[in-house]
Amino acid sequence: MNRIKGNRAERKIDRRTFIKGAALGLAAAALPLNKSDASFWEAFFQKHFREMNDEEIKKVLQRLEKEAEQKYKKAVKIGNEKAMPGVLFGYGLDLSRCIGCRRCVYACVEENNQSKDPQIHWITVLRFKKGEKWVDLEESEKYYNPSLVPEKDYFYMPVQCQQCENPPCVRSCPTQATWKEPDGIVVIDYNWCIGCRYCMAACPYGARRFNWSAPNRKPEEINPKTHYLGNRPRYKGVVEKCTFCIQRTRNGRYPACVEACPVGARKFGNLLDPNSEIRYAIENKRVFRLKEDLNTSPKFYYFFAYGV
Amino acid sequence: MKDKKRRLSLIVALFFLLSLLFSFAESAEQDIPKKFFVPPPPFTPGIFPCSQCHQGMPVNRKPRKLEQMHQEIQLKHMPGGWCFDCHNPDNRDKLRLANGQLISFEESYYLCAQCHGVVFREWKAGLHGKRTGMWNGEKQYLLCVHCHWPHEPRFKPIQPLPPPMRPSDIK
Repeated sequence: MNRIKGNRAERKIDRRTFIKGAALGLAAAALPLNKSDASFWEAFFQKHFREMNDEEIKKVLQRLEKEAEQKYKKAVKIGNEKAMPGVLFGYGLDLSRCIGCRRCVYACVEENNQSKDPQIHWITVLRFKKGEKWVDLEESEKYYNPSLVPEKDYFYMPVQCQQCENPPCVRSCPTQATWKEPDGIVVIDYNWCIGCRYCMAACPYGARRFNWSAPNRKPEEINPKTHYLGNRPRYKGVVEKCTFCIQRTRNGRYPACVEACPVGARKFGNLLDPNSEIRYAIENKRVFRLKEDLNTSPKFYYFFAYGV
Repeated sequence: MKDKKRRLSLIVALFFLLSLLFSFAESAEQDIPKKFFVPPPPFTPGIFPCSQCHQGMPVNRKPRKLEQMHQEIQLKHMPGGWCFDCHNPDNRDKLRLANGQLISFEESYYLCAQCHGVVFREWKAGLHGKRTGMWNGEKQYLLCVHCHWPHEPRFKPIQPLPPPMRPSDIK
């Protein structure tokens, strides 16, 4: 006993060992060891989405589906439909027909599992006075609330993600958590987003939204048909935006806003298909793209089907 | 010999004309697709078939104010229009084009197309009106009358859904 005690007293700790030990100890304390759940570690070491093979993606999807089921007490399917070859999605919006009723805004919220409180809308409908300088978006009104629309002397322009061919948000992302898919949809990996909001600053269209707190939505309001890069449940502190309803359009369906529009002002299709509706609009109608001078080359075309 | 030649040329001309006729018919077919995927017309419940009341009723072709039935219909479409501009007096379950051709209520877009040709073209192309279904497959079209009440086709204003929350209202 004495010998051991003596040894312990004699042991000298040099400065280097002390610092090393202290640093390791602190680092270990910083690790959230109380989260014994294996899924936490799987999420922690998850690779970038585009570097994973199908097997790894499948595992990730299973983990996320399990998490969602625990949270909402219902089965949520998280899909990973790939981009179809020979498809480049384009969107058309007929400004001569839009009546500003905001049906699209709320159809989008229902389809894409946005937070209700705090409120997140992916579509903003802007109101402009006819006959005035209107491309000045700062002068537009988005809180208009008359009893009936359309109002005399006003017209309306819904704005959402323009799915740029040259997206400034993608270049500004420090973690490559957002990128452009082969079918032209700009997507976000909510597991890689660190919430720095550089992309929101970079977007000239104000199309991106931030989850300032955990998204709040009742389990019965959750749309269980989701896509990893689209409407799956999000986290606090991540950015989200319109994905052309990737979970619908990659299965051949129309986006929810197209189906919701009561006046048929919204058009959607494949830009590479000469017989698509969107191509007909571009080839036959007066078309413009928002803030074209910024060279972002949006795939969102505003057009006028009739009149001025 | 001369007779034979003449007969030959006659046959040639006949076949030429026939083939021309067929080719024209074919192009006409292509111009008007046989079937759009449209849901059934939005009849007022119980009103169709029209013949359930009109069967055996004498036809009064005189334009007049309706007093016994259909008083609610205020025709605000064509000025000076009258029921039989579109409805068929002899078989009420059909509509009638200006050229006398009878069409069913499921194909009422042909009736509208008589005046609204440009809109009809754009409707066929998918530009006018709402499209649901598949963007790369079978598309669901709506009849003109699903959105435009034919007796008063102009859209009525509707109530907008609530505006987004102002940042100042966030607690």
